[in-house]
Amino acid sequence: MTYDFLQHYWWFIISLLGALLVFLLFVQGANSMIFQLGKTPEERRMLVNSTGRKWEFTFTTLVTFGGAFFASFPLFYSTSFGSAYWVWLLILFTFIIQAVSYEFQNKAGNLFGVRTFQVCLILNGILGPLLLGGAVATFFTGSNFIVEKGNITDALQPVISHWANGSRGLDVLLNPWVVIFGISVVFLARILGTLYINNNVDDEVIRKRIRRQLLVNTILFLFFFLPFLIVTLLGEGYAVNEKGVVFMESMKYLNNLLAMWPLAVILLAGIVLLLFGIVRTVLKPGYVRGIWPAGIGVVFVVLVLFLIAGWNNTAYYPSTADLQSSLTIRNSSSSEFTLKAMFYVSFLVPFVLAYIVYAWRAIDKKAIDRKEIAEDDHAY
Amino acid sequence: MENLLLTIDPGTVDWSRAQFALTAIYHWLFVPLTLGLAVIMGIMETCYYRTRKDFWRTAARFWQRLFGINFAMGVATGIILEFEFGTNWSNYSWFVGDIFGAPLAIEGILAFFMESTFVAVMFFGWNKVSAGFHLASTWLTGLGATISAWWILVANAWMQYPVGCTFNPETMRNEMTSFFDVALSPFAIDKFMHTVTSAWVLGAAFTVGVGCWYLLRRRHAELATQSIKIGSIVGLAASFLAAFTGDNSAYMVAQTQPMKLAAMEALYEGGNSQGLTGIALVNPFGQPDYMTDAEPPMRIAVPNMLSLLATHDPDGFVPGVRDIIKGYPKADGTQEPSLKEKQERGRKAIQALKDFRAGKDKEANRKVLERDMKYFGYGYIKDADQLVPFIPVNFWAFRIMVGLGALFILVFAVLLFVVYRKDITRPRWLQMLGIALIPLAYIASESGWLVAEFGRQPWTIQDMLPTWAAVSDLSSGGIAFTFFLFLFLFTAMLAVEVSIMCKQIKKGPEL
Repeated sequence: MTYDFLQHYWWFIISLLGALLVFLLFVQGANSMIFQLGKTPEERRMLVNSTGRKWEFTFTTLVTFGGAFFASFPLFYSTSFGSAYWVWLLILFTFIIQAVSYEFQNKAGNLFGVRTFQVCLILNGILGPLLLGGAVATFFTGSNFIVEKGNITDALQPVISHWANGSRGLDVLLNPWVVIFGISVVFLARILGTLYINNNVDDEVIRKRIRRQLLVNTILFLFFFLPFLIVTLLGEGYAVNEKGVVFMESMKYLNNLLAMWPLAVILLAGIVLLLFGIVRTVLKPGYVRGIWPAGIGVVFVVLVLFLIAGWNNTAYYPSTADLQSSLTIRNSSSSEFTLKAMFYVSFLVPFVLAYIVYAWRAIDKKAIDRKEIAEDDHAY
Repeated sequence: MENLLLTIDPGTVDWSRAQFALTAIYHWLFVPLTLGLAVIMGIMETCYYRTRKDFWRTAARFWQRLFGINFAMGVATGIILEFEFGTNWSNYSWFVGDIFGAPLAIEGILAFFMESTFVAVMFFGWNKVSAGFHLASTWLTGLGATISAWWILVANAWMQYPVGCTFNPETMRNEMTSFFDVALSPFAIDKFMHTVTSAWVLGAAFTVGVGCWYLLRRRHAELATQSIKIGSIVGLAASFLAAFTGDNSAYMVAQTQPMKLAAMEALYEGGNSQGLTGIALVNPFGQPDYMTDAEPPMRIAVPNMLSLLATHDPDGFVPGVRDIIKGYPKADGTQEPSLKEKQERGRKAIQALKDFRAGKDKEANRKVLERDMKYFGYGYIKDADQLVPFIPVNFWAFRIMVGLGALFILVFAVLLFVVYRKDITRPRWLQMLGIALIPLAYIASESGWLVAEFGRQPWTIQDMLPTWAAVSDLSSGGIAFTFFLFLFLFTAMLAVEVSIMCKQIKKGPEL
């Protein structure tokens, strides 16, 4: 087991966690449509109770994504979080207000009213995917930072990572492709949200609205995502040579796909599965399992996007301020010892996934309906 | 590459510390109740599983409802803590991320997923899964929270007692050399045991307090009595365990963080056969003149007790603040260097690292680093004042924590006696005392956090990295803004939680 293998292995784990996180954004997507899918307080409660039984998975995956990044690529954690301060703080802010909104909104003694917490869920439902998508887009577009490890020996200014201007990350939102990808993640989350609700809430009124929303959000997703994908694959990318020198390479990400052709197959399979889940749900009213093919498809697509950003001698967190400050899986990873120790820890992941699947099935074997909401004293 | 930003805004360090402290203080309001109530509701549901009496099911569901209200706040305040290591302490994240990141990742994989999976089954699975699976889910929710505490305290303990690592000048960072030294550090074990048992005390105090409130209002007598029984047993056992593990923790502090112990005791000039200060007139609002004062006014001490606790020898030498600054003899016969010497060696280490990076005589510089790296952090220290934590906070917080801990043992013992041998529904003074346990337990819990975290200043990592070398390059105004944003947000959320909690308690169990 070489250091190089471990670095690639851990980039795969990060990519998988990122892909699972995007899939689990169905919680945010559904929450962003509380008022579109639920026209009465009872319908909205059904929606909130449906996502309310899964929100912690999204939350936990986000935290684990951050923790795994910290453990395996600490220089990214240090550089991105410390430099793009406002972007990450905004993301965290939206997740904080989401975390309490389920438990608090329908309880007696709630000082701010139900509507306030529903608005919090909508804010998180839109801004969370938008900003997370924007952050991921910077893996392809680059960010405005500088890394100088030697600063640690400067007693007056020992900080090694800096944003190269005073905006502390907000300037990435001026890049139209960052915003376009962020918007496409919002619509993707809404697609997944509608498919999840369709599966998890047994209510014909809501299901009728779902099919209409699914179509609209799919068109908007494709409108934003396809141009980003084409521009990314055909544009210049950030390559790194054997000496660690970063340089611009034409069609780098397309070259990565061709060089790692199984990833191209997985990407294609992902797109097909996503479209299959959507189209079958729209065309066949009785079909409620669309979340599964679509969800697996999304995991495939996002996994491939992450992998082509980091594998095959690519700088996954490029710097537009100083090309040689760009982060690669080699120059930003933890030591071989730590990656190896964490490699053994990662063997526990299948066990964790197994009990999640078991518990999820146990809770979801009967879809939520109006009767359950009326009778369950712990319902949100 | 020319450095474009040449100075750190001094306010950045203060605001970053304030923001982290704010988040941690709020987070620590909710976590102990989560850990403590997990035990209480687990016991109650086990009673239901064994007896199948509806009373226990109702009781377990009642406490689970309160648990749920509190749990959400713990989760909300917890996420920001993890990411603040990156956002506000980016240098720290790089310098020791190779070691520190692993516990956080393991916490996510092992603990958070367990918690988030089974908490949903616990809340919504009463009519969907078998009683056995539901009981297991309730205990696993608590186990997940406890495992989470383990790994975050491993990380915290490592900051206060860095082990299992070495500095690599090639990569300019510390790197892990022994996973088990980090994961099973004696400091971490003591910290975990003390923290979790103190959380059980708080959970027990909350249970007893709510039970006493019902008795005072002459409502739900059965639930109240059973809750007081279980709460008192858990509370008494946990209080003894907290006292025992607290003693171990103090011993570890004495060995590894003598300045923290000196601050806790307001011990300016140390020596052999030191007494444990019971009480003294330490001004709570100003740093004492530790370089000239002999000892705080009106000091009443238990003779030789501090030496006994800190060294396990009634005549052992305990260094005071001045000893630590000037250097002192250690128990093994060696001499602890003075601050001045540590500063010099720290600066040599920093210079050697600079030269090493510049490619100058790498082997010679590597040797200097091997010799002086353990004082690396002192190279950033300008004067002694920077090395001394704010003594009044440590001194008073420690006394409040210990004093209340002793009071809890007494109150839980009395409650246990009365609830089993007398009629707990009658003595109103005891019921009021039981209610008072709730705020007192929170005060004790937060005081413990203050002792642990204020006492280690200025170090983010003991002897290795002071706070001002660990920060991110941010403007103080920006962090001040987010500080007040979080202050407003957390306070508003806390107000809602307290309001909902009170309503739910007033509403009572649904019998």
